[in-house]
Amino acid sequence: MSELKATPKAISGPSSFIDDRIGAGSFLKRNMRKIFPDHWSFLLGEIALYSFIILLLTGTFLTFWFQPSMGHVEYNGPYAPLQGVMMSEAYASALELSFEVRGGLLMRQMHHWAALLFVAGMMVHMLRVFFTGAYRKPRELNWVIGVLLLTLALAEGLTGYSLPDDLLSGAGLRITEGVAISLPLVGTYITFFLFGGEYPGVDVISRFYSLHILLIPGIILALVSAHMVLMWVQKHTQMPGKGRDNKNVVGAPFYPAFMLKAGAYFLFTFAVIAGLGTFAQINPIWIFGPYNPADISAGSQPDFYMGFLEGSLRLMVPWEINLGGTNTWGTLPLSVIIPALVPMGIIMTGLALYPFLEQWITGDRREHHIADRPRNNPHRTSIGMAAIAFYGVLWLLGANDELSWVFSISLNWTTYIGRVAVFVLPVIAYIVTYRICLGLQRSDAAIIGHGVESGVIKRLPHGEFIEIHTPPADDIEAHMRGKEAVPMVPVLVDSAGIPPKGMRGPIGKLRARMSRAYGGEKIPLDDGHGHDGHGDDHAAIGTGGDEKSITH
Amino acid sequence: MTDNEHEIEQPESRVPKRVIGTPAPGTSMLGAQEARHDSDDEPGVILPDEVKARKAEKIVALCFMVTFAAAIAFLVFYVILPVDSLDNTALSNLALGGTLTLALLGLASGIVIWVRQLMPKYNLVQERHPMATDGETRGYVEETFLKGANESGFVKRKMLRRTLLLASAPLGLLPLVLLRDLDNNTPLPASKFHTTLRHTVWGTKTKEGKNLRLVVEGTGQPIRAADFNSPGGILSVVPEGYEHDLNALAKATLILIKFRPEEIKGGVNKNWTHDGIVAYSKICTHVGCPAALYEQTTHHILCPCHQSTFDAADGAKVIFGPAARPLPQLPIAVDEQGYLIAQGDFAVPPGPSYWERGDAEQLAREEGKSA
Repeated sequence: MSELKATPKAISGPSSFIDDRIGAGSFLKRNMRKIFPDHWSFLLGEIALYSFIILLLTGTFLTFWFQPSMGHVEYNGPYAPLQGVMMSEAYASALELSFEVRGGLLMRQMHHWAALLFVAGMMVHMLRVFFTGAYRKPRELNWVIGVLLLTLALAEGLTGYSLPDDLLSGAGLRITEGVAISLPLVGTYITFFLFGGEYPGVDVISRFYSLHILLIPGIILALVSAHMVLMWVQKHTQMPGKGRDNKNVVGAPFYPAFMLKAGAYFLFTFAVIAGLGTFAQINPIWIFGPYNPADISAGSQPDFYMGFLEGSLRLMVPWEINLGGTNTWGTLPLSVIIPALVPMGIIMTGLALYPFLEQWITGDRREHHIADRPRNNPHRTSIGMAAIAFYGVLWLLGANDELSWVFSISLNWTTYIGRVAVFVLPVIAYIVTYRICLGLQRSDAAIIGHGVESGVIKRLPHGEFIEIHTPPADDIEAHMRGKEAVPMVPVLVDSAGIPPKGMRGPIGKLRARMSRAYGGEKIPLDDGHGHDGHGDDHAAIGTGGDEKSITH
Repeated sequence: MTDNEHEIEQPESRVPKRVIGTPAPGTSMLGAQEARHDSDDEPGVILPDEVKARKAEKIVALCFMVTFAAAIAFLVFYVILPVDSLDNTALSNLALGGTLTLALLGLASGIVIWVRQLMPKYNLVQERHPMATDGETRGYVEETFLKGANESGFVKRKMLRRTLLLASAPLGLLPLVLLRDLDNNTPLPASKFHTTLRHTVWGTKTKEGKNLRLVVEGTGQPIRAADFNSPGGILSVVPEGYEHDLNALAKATLILIKFRPEEIKGGVNKNWTHDGIVAYSKICTHVGCPAALYEQTTHHILCPCHQSTFDAADGAKVIFGPAARPLPQLPIAVDEQGYLIAQGDFAVPPGPSYWERGDAEQLAREEGKSA
């Protein structure tokens, strides 16, 4: 057991070299012991971050063999069913990478799995941030960066999915083209510029390739860095609890604890992706065959993050408007435009604007560093759950052929049910979530007011049995007492009954009404008693105040 | 990783016996005393127990040795396992991936146990400071900005400012203009792109000046009408000479269906059929997937992408799904050797809709009347 008394030469030498030149010491002094709060839900975003690093590593490996070319070649590799078949160089090289390069199949499968985990990690991280209100001031900018990252990740996934040029990826590409060409006014222009002429042309793979390996990941990398820097500068939010308030951070220091934990977590993510890439086959492109616009494999499914777009395309009713009839003023294929743009528009725009809308409705311009428990802002939580229900219906319906097959329901009925469910389920989700939130708030109020069931049953002199309640643990109580009423816009009506400026017009009145509904304390924590002067009454129970035990 | 706060030991005296339905002993809802001590130097740093730590160190070492062994195995497998056949590729994948997974897992587990069992538990507190800078700093920045703006003369010198703005406007357009030639091989002005969507290769002739034959997709065999004679039969068909031209196929692929004469309903243009054989565009009018599934008993054509369903016996009318228009019918006939040929191009553009398309069906009907 020897402890380090002085910095070894191997570290002090290079360190002073660097400090002499860039003065890194003062930065390190401030940041080496930076405190990071601990909560399992704070680790969700790290899944996305580490998956991104793994994507860069495996993706670089893939580029060494992959040929992003649509030139036609005849396949003569080891996969017998395709020998002699004409295919694009892209597909042939993806097959070569899979079958003839040691570790190539592993890297390809890991790359695909990491992509799924990347988007999934972003989604759950985003839900965590949303439901705990961690996007509030001062973190709105980081939230908007996050929404941009999610959008870019979808674009990155779409371009990558199309590269192997197999039959399945071609189906996705064809749908992309069908959507692009449907856009009003600019559709044919965009399509012809993207594909270098008519679909499919010979350019789109190499163009998607440069988007996929250079432009989009470059922007993602820049935004991820900004995301990290902002998180670092603003310090992480923390859950309410003992000794934690809006003015401090409680947790473990970056060096050595957090650093090592993060390293271990990266390795875990890496191990899970490697395990999936080894044991769970994904995208077996050799089965699908080369792309041909005349063919399709039944049961074609996109990657999961595109499922909601696929579902909304499937749900849509056949609307198409010809402005000016045969005079061709313009054709609006609403059965493509609406499902392709509206759900994604609602979700992404809604996400990006939510912090600002909430601020407008609550009038809350304070800094927030304590995360909300989802129950304590019931309307926000209900809106989030309604959005999940909306997205979830679309996502499920993206696989309605599989649903119909597995559950033996008529395919058409899955669509009819989905058309109703996409409007009804969000409403139900909203109402149910709202009630659950209030119920949980009541349960908190009961614990604060009455204490916790101790498991000790006592018989009173007159024969009644009661269970002794004890006050909750300090940290639990502090966690619950971290609750704060959702602020409301102050509508101070003056003596003449006139509301303040900005609250008079229809928009101002709407704002005031929304604020009243959204904000306020629904279930006060100390309401369990019906009076204020508690504390003596029940706090002592379990430690001696026997005759005052509470019965339920 | 929150358990450093929730690892609570339940005092015996408080809960004599557990009652079913109540929190178990040790549940954090019931308060408890912290049974640990802070380090002497720094409050909030709880040092681990040395006896436990020594045990944990052995486990960590074991984890790291697993990583060592797995990494060596990876290297060995890379060298000895070839990828010269499918079976060997599968084996190599399993061996390399398995050892990589194990190596990463060992390292990750080892570090986690190291952090949790060998390092102190931390409960350190740091102050937060408001993000906004104080008024004095803001004032200084504002002053400096104004000073610099005035020193630069950008505000005072109108001509400088206006010409600079004027100069940057066209400069911003350059990158946009540079993208104009993205449509490599189209000899058309951009405003005429859509005209190419109106035509398919079915409207062209062979070198001998004859109409194109319908050939079976995949084999390239021409189809003798007399041989395609079992009602309910279906073929995927491509134009002769364009079997490998993906651009042509993306618009011109057909499905060919043989009906009994009495099955054909009013939606089908009978002049465009031959002996109960009807040809429809296979490209779905929704977003362009090949509508490849056919149900013989109901005559339904189904697109597997978004389940648009068309009634093949009735002019491929839409009966379900998001597609808004029927699949266009191709006029077919037979040549002197009895092979199926196209009479000409589709009357309307096949495939998904686009802005410039207009109501081509109505237009075709009107032209048909006037002709």
